[in-house]
Formats: sequence, structure tokens, C-alpha cells
Amino acid sequence: MGRVVLVTGVSRDLGGRIARRIAADPAVERVIGVDVVPPRGDLGSVAFVRADIRNPVIAKVITGQDVDTVVHMSVQAAPHAVGGRSSMKEHNVIGTMQLLAACQKAAGLERLVVKSSSAVYGSSSRDPAMFTEDMGAKRMPRTGYAKDVLEVEGYVRGFARRRPDVAVTMLRAANSVGPRVSSPLTNYFRLPVVPTVLGYDARLQFLHESDLLGVLQHATLGGVHGTFNVAGDGVLVLSQALRRLGKPSLPVPAFAFTSLSSVSKQAGVKGLQAELADFLTFGRGVDTTRMRAVLGFQPTYTTADAFADFARTVPPGLLPRPTGALRGQDDRTPVGAGGSRG
Amino acid sequence: MGDAEVIPLGTRGRPGRGSGSGKPSSAARSLAGSAPARKKAPRATPGSPDELQGVDHPADAQIPEQGAEVETPSGETAQGPATEETTPEQPHVPRLEVRDREPTGGIPVADWLHALSSAAVEVFGERWEQRLAELLAFLRRRLTGEFEVDEYGFDAEVTERFLLAAVRPLAQKWFRVEVRGAENIPTDGGALVVSNHSGTLPVDGLVTMVSVHDSTGRHLRPLGADLVFRMPVIGEMARKGGATLACNEDAQRMLAGGELVGVWPEGFKGIGKPYSDRYKLQRFGRGGFVSAAIRTGVPIIPCSVVGAEEIYPLVGNMPSLARLLGVPYIPITPFFPLLGPLGMVPLPSKWLIEFGEPIRTDAYDGGAADDPMLVFNVTDQVRETIQQTLYTLLMQRRSVFY
Repeated sequence: MGRVVLVTGVSRDLGGRIARRIAADPAVERVIGVDVVPPRGDLGSVAFVRADIRNPVIAKVITGQDVDTVVHMSVQAAPHAVGGRSSMKEHNVIGTMQLLAACQKAAGLERLVVKSSSAVYGSSSRDPAMFTEDMGAKRMPRTGYAKDVLEVEGYVRGFARRRPDVAVTMLRAANSVGPRVSSPLTNYFRLPVVPTVLGYDARLQFLHESDLLGVLQHATLGGVHGTFNVAGDGVLVLSQALRRLGKPSLPVPAFAFTSLSSVSKQAGVKGLQAELADFLTFGRGVDTTRMRAVLGFQPTYTTADAFADFARTVPPGLLPRPTGALRGQDDRTPVGAGGSRG
Repeated sequence: MGDAEVIPLGTRGRPGRGSGSGKPSSAARSLAGSAPARKKAPRATPGSPDELQGVDHPADAQIPEQGAEVETPSGETAQGPATEETTPEQPHVPRLEVRDREPTGGIPVADWLHALSSAAVEVFGERWEQRLAELLAFLRRRLTGEFEVDEYGFDAEVTERFLLAAVRPLAQKWFRVEVRGAENIPTDGGALVVSNHSGTLPVDGLVTMVSVHDSTGRHLRPLGADLVFRMPVIGEMARKGGATLACNEDAQRMLAGGELVGVWPEGFKGIGKPYSDRYKLQRFGRGGFVSAAIRTGVPIIPCSVVGAEEIYPLVGNMPSLARLLGVPYIPITPFFPLLGPLGMVPLPSKWLIEFGEPIRTDAYDGGAADDPMLVFNVTDQVRETIQQTLYTLLMQRRSVFY
């Protein structure tokens, strides 16, 4: 008797891949993928159910299929992917509330895995160098994805209080990069000339996409209760990352950065979002001691290696690149077989 | 300087070329005539070899390779009045013998190489090839981003090559820093250096960083106020220089990581205090640094800096402008803003930095950090030690400036 796993947000690349990856595990009996739109790619042995998590129908799926593990992957970071900011907020927050309401009614539920983000910590000048899981944001994120994630986490904590029998794993993942990741941050790095905030050099941490899949699979099958930061080892500063990409940077004063982003949005250039401004000014570091000690997961890529692997897929910029940027090629693992379960 | 090549302006041709006659033109005569006049000038340096040569061969004065034209003080170069005075005394102008400047075969390659290598030795010293290769490798690393920073954003390479290298002459030549008790700084493992803070701008922090690095080889990792990290450029340089936010989390993390951490608990109350309050320690924060040291069990090393109070004597403040700019104070010193940027040059006071005996905290158990009375006592102990050392150092100092 294996596990029955329900994965939300399978129409997106990451959700579809994690669903396939979990389905390939022998400990899993069957995987049900849920999303509002059908996935573009092949889901393999994953059974797809077209349902909106903002709709109580999802409760029937969970109870009807005897689901014992729910993997919530459906918190969107990019507004353009779901048709605007208000739609994104409704999808993220109301969708999570409905899903959690359905989970609370499901008596057979044993595990809940939520893919959160380290964006909940915000970015400010008063931040400690490394956030541990029990710290909160020094300046609360007030807009965009970070605020959604903050609210989602609040509802998940409420759920964990009401259903103490369910092991709730919340993964605060650092910004994921990789050849196939499309996020506001990777779009930003793909700009031909990259605007930066004048006089600041943000500290960045990255998580390789295969490690993100690895940790989600690990959490799904491990069932460890708690909140965990997930990030690759080490830190890159923004100027260093841009030089490793060989991209010229354009320092812009902080007050002009936001208006530049709205101008570029009007011009149809995606990739420069105002909500990235704080992150690109002050950066963020998360402490991953608990990820190793409690969750028992070890990422295969360090921050620098993950970024080097991402840099291979970015069209070369105007400046010379380090020779070491290609070192990710040798140890590149095929996606879906990362072997990163610690 | 005697062999400096002089490149004269003008035709450089033989004199009188324009008239077609063998006689030099009047302009050339007056030029030629000026040479003997200059040699008689009382202010000409008698010992100068070029000058003597000029005396023996006055006609050669036209030849550009000679340095005589520039060696004389500028006030006596061929000028109208001087020439007119001397021409009547010398009716016969000696005929000038002028050599045409032929294009030579150029400078031999060996000379070029020799010049380059000697220049390299001048700039980089004896092991110049290795030093040059290191510099190029450094530049390439910076350009391609192949350097390492730690999790606080500390960039050891930039710190050593730029920040410390820029502050070192200031510390050694301008302030003539005298470091005492450097043996009290542990050579490895975590330790907390607690220092007084003064001087309007946190120059004392930078100088202490250099002094610690030069006497122990370790990097002092400063804890800075959040204002530092809010300001552009300064915040970036602070992170690259190894600083991090002065909060309990970061302090404990750094100390537990075995770093040598520097803290200035007086904060803005210390550096922004008026000159009349010099060497009076302000309140030592809330003692957070002590609880961080007790939790991690590292020794506290009191550090007393004498001399920093006098670099910018703070006599006034512009509170409304400071509030407008969001900074704790805008200083008024006797020279700033009166002299503008010149007023930002620090006064060259003589500095003494003394590191006291370490105060051990590893005897306390972990719960002691939550005992406010104990934390206050240790804070007072550190504060008293620094204050007493300051008084002792002030007694020993003969004058502010030497």
C-alpha cells in the first residue's frame, strides 16, 4: 500500500516535473495532478484532474481518491503567467485557503508539503546576515509575491495548529535557477544590459532546479514536520553574478529603479519588476542548518554551481566570461534523476 | 633632472634661414645673445654642469638636446627686457654652429627592454614578474567575478588590496598609530574586541581594523549600525570590508564561526559627542555584546583608542538638516563646513591603541546570558577597564599631536 499524492499546479513546468518524479518513486502508489488548465507536456503515470483549487470541488478529489499527501506547488511568482496581479493574488491566497479548508476536512490526510519561498523574510538594511527559520521579516513585504507567500504561510500555520496529526512541511526555498527556470529573477538576468541599484551590492543565494525538485520529493516522502530554509551553500553578490554572466550592468539610483521598471514594463520588456527592487538592493541570506540537521537534505549544487549551470543557458553578454562558468557541464545531472535525496 | 630632454618650440632650423643670407636673423641673434646674458645672471647656479657647459660654448645654447634653457629659473628665460639690455654690450655675436637633427636609428630594443624592466622594478620591487602576474590575475578575477565572498558579503581580496591599503598610510603616517598589547588578541578562535568610539566619523574603526590586521594578521569584523547598511556605497563597502549588522543574531553567528569581531557599543552617542566630552565613555548600549560573548563563550578584549577624539573636534551640530537627511547628526568642526572639503582633512593627532587583557566569559554557563544583572556587571567591567586605560594613556601622552 503506497502513498497517494495530490500535486497542485501541475500545468506549470515545475509542478509537472515534481509530479512525474514523485510518481516514479516505488513508495508512491499513485499521483493525482490538479490544475485549472491541462498541462502542456506529458505527465506520464500521473492522473490529471482538471479542478480549480479555489473551488470546493477539490475537497471531493481529496476525500474521493483517499489522498494522504498533498503537495502544494501552486503559489505563483509571476503575475503575467496567470493574467495579472489581482488574478495572481486570488489564485495564491484564496486558492491556498480553499485547499487547506479541503485538507482540514480530509480525515485520511497525513502529510502536507507547501513550497514557500525565502521571500517571506523580505529584504531591508536591518536584516541579519542569515535568516534562521524562527526569525521574521524586519520589514514586512507589502506587495506582490512576497506578501502572498507571507499570507499563505499564515494560513498554513493555522492549518497546522488545527490539524496537529498532519505533518506539515513548509519549504522556504531560495530563488531557484537553472536551465529551465523562468521566474522574474531569471528573466532579470537574461536582460542584455542589467540595471542594478547604484551603491548597493545584494547578497544572493540560489537553489538549483534539480535540488528544488529533490527537496520537494524528499519532503513528500520523508514527512518531517516543520519549516525549513532551502538554499545552495555559499553566497554570490549581484555584481559578481553579473560578471560571471558576462553581462554589462547599468547602475541606477535607487529612486529611479522603480520607475525604470515601470517604463520597461510599458515597453514590453519583462524581467525588471519593482518588487525585485528591495531584493536587488539588500539581498538576503538564509541559514540552512535545519535543512541538513532536521530535514536531512543536502543540495547537490552550491549557489555558485547552480548559477554557473544557469549561466550556460543565458546568451553570452558583451563582456568576457570566466572559464570556470562551464564547469557545471561535467557534473550536470539529468533532470529528474538528481539523486539528491540526502 | 639634469638630463631632461628639452624640446624647444619654433623653427628649429638654422638661424637666418628665411632671409637666405648667411647672417642670422635679428630674432636669432637676440636669441643667441641671451645665452651669455643668462650665464652672468647672479642667480644662476654656479655648480650646475649644464650652466658651465653653456659658458664654454655659448653657441650651443640653441641645440635642443641641452638642458640649459630650462635649468635656469623661469624668471630669467629669454624675455624682452633682459635681451634688450644685453644686446648693446655685445656687438659681435658669435656665429652659431647648428647641427641638423637627423632622424637617428631609434632607441635600440635592448634599451627599451631595460627601461621597461627597470620601471617594473621601480613599481613592483625586485620580484616584479611575479607581482605583475599576480596583479593581472587579480584584475581578471575581478572582471570575471571568479572571487569568493563569505556569507556576510566579506571580500578578503578587496579588503586587503584596497580598503586596508588605503587606510594604512593614514594610520601609520598621518596618525602615527602606536599599538600596545596586541598579544592580548587571540591568534585563532572567536573573540570580541570592544572599543571606545569617537571622532565624528568612524575613522577609529578603520584604523583599528588596520592595526589588528597588521599586528595579528587577522581580519577584524566590525559590527555596524543599520544606518551604515542603508547608505549607498558606504553600505556596500562595509559589507565587502567584513562588517555586518550589529544585532545579536549576526554577532553570535560570527563569534561562533571563530571570527574576531569588533564592536563599538557607544555607537552614535560616542562618535557624535561634543569635543568638550572627549574621553568620557557614553552608555554602553544595552549590553547585547556581552550576552553574545557569554552565549558563545568567547573572550572580550577591551580596546582603548586615544587620539581619535581630536581628529574632528565636534563643536556644533545641525540637527534640523540632520533630521532632513535622516542621519544622527551633521557635524560642525572648527574647519567644517567653514573650509568646505578642506575641512574634512582630519587633524594629525597622535594615536595610541591599547588592547587590554581578555575578559573570559567561558566560565559562565549558557543561561548566564539571560541574567540581566550578570550582563550589566560584565558590561560595567568592560566599560571601566576601557575608561581607566584611556586615563592612563592620556597621562602618558605628552601632546595631542606628537
